[in-house]
Amino acid sequence: MGEEPVVKVERVSKKFCRSLKRSLWYGVKDLMGELMGRDGARRIQLRPAEFLAVDDVSFELRQGECLGLIGPNGAGKSTVLKMLNGLIRPDAGRIVIRGRVGALIELGTGFSPILTGRENIYINGAILGFSKKDIDARFDEIVAFAEVEEFIDAPVQSYSSGMRVRLGMAIAINVKANLLLVDEVLAVGDVAFRMKCFHHFLEMKAAGSTIVVVSHNMIDVNRVCDRVIVMEHGRKNHNGDVSTGIAAYESLLSKHAGTFEERAVNGAAWIDRIELQDSRRNPSSEFETGDDLVAEVTISAVRSVPVARLIVHIMTPSLGVLGSFSSPHKGFTFDISPPGIVVRFAIRNMPLLVGSYSLTLSLYGADIEDFLHAVRNAAVFRIIGPPVDTFGYGLCHSIRFEHDWGLARDKGSSLTTASVGK
Amino acid sequence: MSFWTILGPKRIIQENTALFELKAWAETSKIMRHRMLPSFRPDSPIMIYGPGSLLREPSRLFRDMRRDLAASRELAWRLFMRNISAKYRQTMLGYAWAFLPPVFTTLVFVFLRNAGFFNVPETKVPYVVFVLAGMVLWEVFADALNSPIRMVAQSTSMLTKVNFPREALILAGIGEVLFSFLIRLGLLAIVIAWFGIHVPWTAVLFPVAALALVVLGVALGALLTPFAILYHDMGQGLPFLVTLWMFLTPVLYPPPREWPGSLAMVLNPVSPVLDTTRAWLFTGSPEYLIGFLGMSFVAIVGLLFGWGLYRIALPILIERMSA
Repeated sequence: MGEEPVVKVERVSKKFCRSLKRSLWYGVKDLMGELMGRDGARRIQLRPAEFLAVDDVSFELRQGECLGLIGPNGAGKSTVLKMLNGLIRPDAGRIVIRGRVGALIELGTGFSPILTGRENIYINGAILGFSKKDIDARFDEIVAFAEVEEFIDAPVQSYSSGMRVRLGMAIAINVKANLLLVDEVLAVGDVAFRMKCFHHFLEMKAAGSTIVVVSHNMIDVNRVCDRVIVMEHGRKNHNGDVSTGIAAYESLLSKHAGTFEERAVNGAAWIDRIELQDSRRNPSSEFETGDDLVAEVTISAVRSVPVARLIVHIMTPSLGVLGSFSSPHKGFTFDISPPGIVVRFAIRNMPLLVGSYSLTLSLYGADIEDFLHAVRNAAVFRIIGPPVDTFGYGLCHSIRFEHDWGLARDKGSSLTTASVGK
Repeated sequence: MSFWTILGPKRIIQENTALFELKAWAETSKIMRHRMLPSFRPDSPIMIYGPGSLLREPSRLFRDMRRDLAASRELAWRLFMRNISAKYRQTMLGYAWAFLPPVFTTLVFVFLRNAGFFNVPETKVPYVVFVLAGMVLWEVFADALNSPIRMVAQSTSMLTKVNFPREALILAGIGEVLFSFLIRLGLLAIVIAWFGIHVPWTAVLFPVAALALVVLGVALGALLTPFAILYHDMGQGLPFLVTLWMFLTPVLYPPPREWPGSLAMVLNPVSPVLDTTRAWLFTGSPEYLIGFLGMSFVAIVGLLFGWGLYRIALPILIERMSA
């Protein structure tokens, strides 16, 4: 089975309906179609108020692979997961899965608040497909893992939300499957809990499971996934390498955050456009750590502005502003006169690591209150290499720090030196 | 701009605390490591999901139905236990709630009859016992009719998140119906003994024949489930219709012989089943045995159809639930 893909998704589409009334009526119609023995090969047709939640998505996964499905809210990730789980069926295309599917979509499904922790372990376990024997054999481990020993015979409604999540996870962690589907389970609970989860997934992967993870936490995705698919409006627009996928996702976020501008009333000048170039002056939006980035900012004016200032903020969608610099800092002053000018600045030896970044520009006159124009996310660029390391053996996160290491002194001998000195 | 600056540092602090807590976790994780459950089978079946109707491959549909029915027993038992415990644990009267409603309904009708508000021909056994038996049987049918709809409606979050064998919901529902029935049956036995009524040997058929009512109810309930889940009209109208239906069934009165009352025996599928079952308890000579056998057969066929429809409809319902 090593040769055959565990999951094969072939040109799958799924339509959803925006209007409740219509949605219910389409439900009745779909059911009728089903009973009439509807043919699956028919082309997909959108009825009024319908849209494609998943639009012509294909991918394959082999044993031991871990795929991250990322994208903005409403991109269709959870719908893909639901179809893989067999909860809903595709409207077009085909999904073939070899082996047992396990899903961690929600923790503690089926918990009844007034029943005890003990009873709920068996109920949730049965829902996840465990027999009484399976649970009996692991009962003590589950209780110890969830750290609820004293409360195991108390009703679950008396548990804190953290205890409930831990109990749910302690049961779910026993799910062994050829294909494991994970939806945002990583996002609940504290960081220690997330670490537990991702460690568990790595173990399962090592044991031969194929995993599909939907998450909004890019660091988690980077840790567990070998590949990512970035989805937007139901379409797959990136399939492959994790770092570049995450960068693509973050650019999407920047795009969704949108350029936002603020302009002075009757402003004398404004920022028209910005163009990013590489060190050879070719237009580019993709760079590597350590590259030079050159930007040309076109400023238009209707009246002249003496001693103008341009302020540049470097931002990421997840962390916010990483740093700012301003033209007067390097002693560069410029006057703007109609119809305008083009200003150039360069960021040398860029210390940014793989990810997506954006530039926010503000234009001012000489004085503090001489605000003219600000454009948030005026330009988006990506750092596409070299790869980062999320396991603590290399560079990670956003900024490359120049640093070096050395052995300061031997701990024992330093004490001796000190005592000798006395 | 301020939005970003607020978000930034918080996340960095989170990642740092992780390092401390990861250490504590490393201890516990050793216990859980490298455990493979016996249910892990690399040779599990191949699943294919596509848009074509499931009815186009009936052999696959039947195979899946059989497989899931077998796979659902354990879960059905758990869900049954959960629902029973959850239903009665937070009550003072406990299991008494299984028989209090039919008992009070019976008493009300006995009072109304004795007060002369309506006229019912003499019954072979005391009227109160006759009505109680009728009520117990009617309740079994009404419970069974409601159970598939109720089970699906109360399990939406489970259905939209976990792919468990869907038959478990139906089985657990049937379990609850039978559980209440057994409690009421115990009460009925006590009442019969109290009145010193001699029952014929056919009384042993009573609980078995009552199963026909369960099958009939569940079949009808399963057939109605897709529409009841999509449109809540059914939820609004069904309790009312069921009460109305009860009055058109010989629960409170023996089977009417004269037109138009006799229509209740001809047009109402529950009538021959209910009356035959009750006749086996009291007289031993049912008048509508043919009707009973016919309806039992229809009920079993209906249950198979209802089950198939339920399976076919669920993915469509789940789509509309989660939308």
